[in-house]
Amino acid sequence: MEILDYAFMQRALIAALLVGVTAPAIGTYLVQRRQAIMGDGIGHVAMTGVALGFLMNASPVWMATLVAVVGSVGMELIRSRGKTSGDIALAMLFYGGMAGGVMIINLAPNGSTANLTSYLFGSITTVAPEDVTAICVLAAFVIAITVGLRRQLFAVCQDEEFARVTGLPVRLLNLLIAVTAAVTVTVAMRIVGLLLVSAMMVIPVAAAQRVTRGFAATLGLAMAIGVAVSVAGTVTTYYVDAPSGAAIVLLSIGVFLVLAAVATPLARRRARDAAASGPDPDSCPLPPARSTADDVRV
Amino acid sequence: MPAADEPQPVLALSGARATLGSRPVLRGIDLAVARGEVVALLGANGSGKSTAVRAAVGQVPLTDGSVELFGTPLRRYRDWARVGYVPQRTTAASGVPATVREVVSAGRLSRTRLRLPGKADRRAVDRALELVGMADRAGDSVNALSGGQHQRVLIARALAGEPELLIMDEPMAGVDLASQEVLAGTLREQVAAGTSVLLVLHELGPLEPLIDRAVVLRDGCVTHDGPPPEAVGQHALPGHDHVHPHAPEGAEPIRTGLLT
Repeated sequence: MEILDYAFMQRALIAALLVGVTAPAIGTYLVQRRQAIMGDGIGHVAMTGVALGFLMNASPVWMATLVAVVGSVGMELIRSRGKTSGDIALAMLFYGGMAGGVMIINLAPNGSTANLTSYLFGSITTVAPEDVTAICVLAAFVIAITVGLRRQLFAVCQDEEFARVTGLPVRLLNLLIAVTAAVTVTVAMRIVGLLLVSAMMVIPVAAAQRVTRGFAATLGLAMAIGVAVSVAGTVTTYYVDAPSGAAIVLLSIGVFLVLAAVATPLARRRARDAAASGPDPDSCPLPPARSTADDVRV
Repeated sequence: MPAADEPQPVLALSGARATLGSRPVLRGIDLAVARGEVVALLGANGSGKSTAVRAAVGQVPLTDGSVELFGTPLRRYRDWARVGYVPQRTTAASGVPATVREVVSAGRLSRTRLRLPGKADRRAVDRALELVGMADRAGDSVNALSGGQHQRVLIARALAGEPELLIMDEPMAGVDLASQEVLAGTLREQVAAGTSVLLVLHELGPLEPLIDRAVVLRDGCVTHDGPPPEAVGQHALPGHDHVHPHAPEGAEPIRTGLLT
């Protein structure tokens, strides 16, 4: 394994591993809440953070984390209000974030839109040693929340009203989901890129749920698929000169298609087995005759 | 604790008013459930039944009036493990599959909150699954269930927290006859064990013998509060006996038939 001899490749693989674990982990909750697009919105907002990092000569990863957290909390507040104008407000936030990023990066000394490209689609050569530290710390936070609080977060995403009546701190947990999603975006941006990060939150989950029946199983399988495709995609771009995010996303779509093709006959067989053990589907016995108690006496 | 012996209602709405948008939905209703009592909330669509129970668990803000749970104003009420809530069933399947057991376990969070579930919690979930006859389906996806089975799961979820007060919104809506009988049996056991119940119903149906008192809403006002209203339709047919389980052994069943 000569590719492990290169320090940049070691860093890229560590980052890829952590992206593969974290993005599908938080993605499972977002998909369950039908908020799959939220990762995309946070990715757009994070662009402003990256550009601010360049402008202020600060770490783009930490700046992006800060701005993405603020943006995601804003999105959660808009969502929880449930106003009909919510999607307009979200659109403002998405495109404002992107436009802000492009504007600010051009204000930065020696900055140009080209600086942003590696953040948009991911690149294995850009994972700096200090990025690895940041990514490890942030990924540990994401895993602690998504795995440690899975029962509580499942309840909130599955039936929010019921969760409130059980006395769970639902507003706090919702904010925690939003902040965790924002942190995941910045974990993923080096390898997968800000424009493709949402794909890693959604596609492994969509692939996993083709073959699973439960939530915990979906969460676990989605994380396994995420690790497999992000490590495989990163290795691919060692040999093929292309953005790693593109390779990872295409691989995950491939896994989805394979699982979807496998799942259909599997589901049919399950239905057949269930039918075989249940009542004979070809006969439809008459209901038992009315008992005398039903008779109307006049 | 002398307070527990007093005939204090477990749930009390007084002068409750609520609006949805600008439309008044509750126009000053009084509704109380005494300890061990089974109260049915009846009324036509849009009469405010669901809003009333959702207000009772703090999910609809009141514009006026008050809600008390176990004698504590709703605003200060924290002891949610004593309340089991069965919301109206929504047909929309969630985005990610979940097993029957996972959904029922969510009901136990009223007791476990942020700590990890222990042996006693797992046993409570097992018991709730057995009560509604879904133990053999525990590993199946809830998306694969019929409407009646799904409703049984939601009731098991409320029972997993071992509540003293069950609040149920249309538990019988879209439920097949076999499931209705299972649910009536489950409820009978709970009531026998001392659980108080407030439930929204469209018609009394198979739960009729269990119900102590009926409150009828019309256009957000209480129009009847007392014994269950006279049966109409099939239930008024002669020979349809109403055997009340609270009645003493050997008591003559109440007959509503014309010739009896």
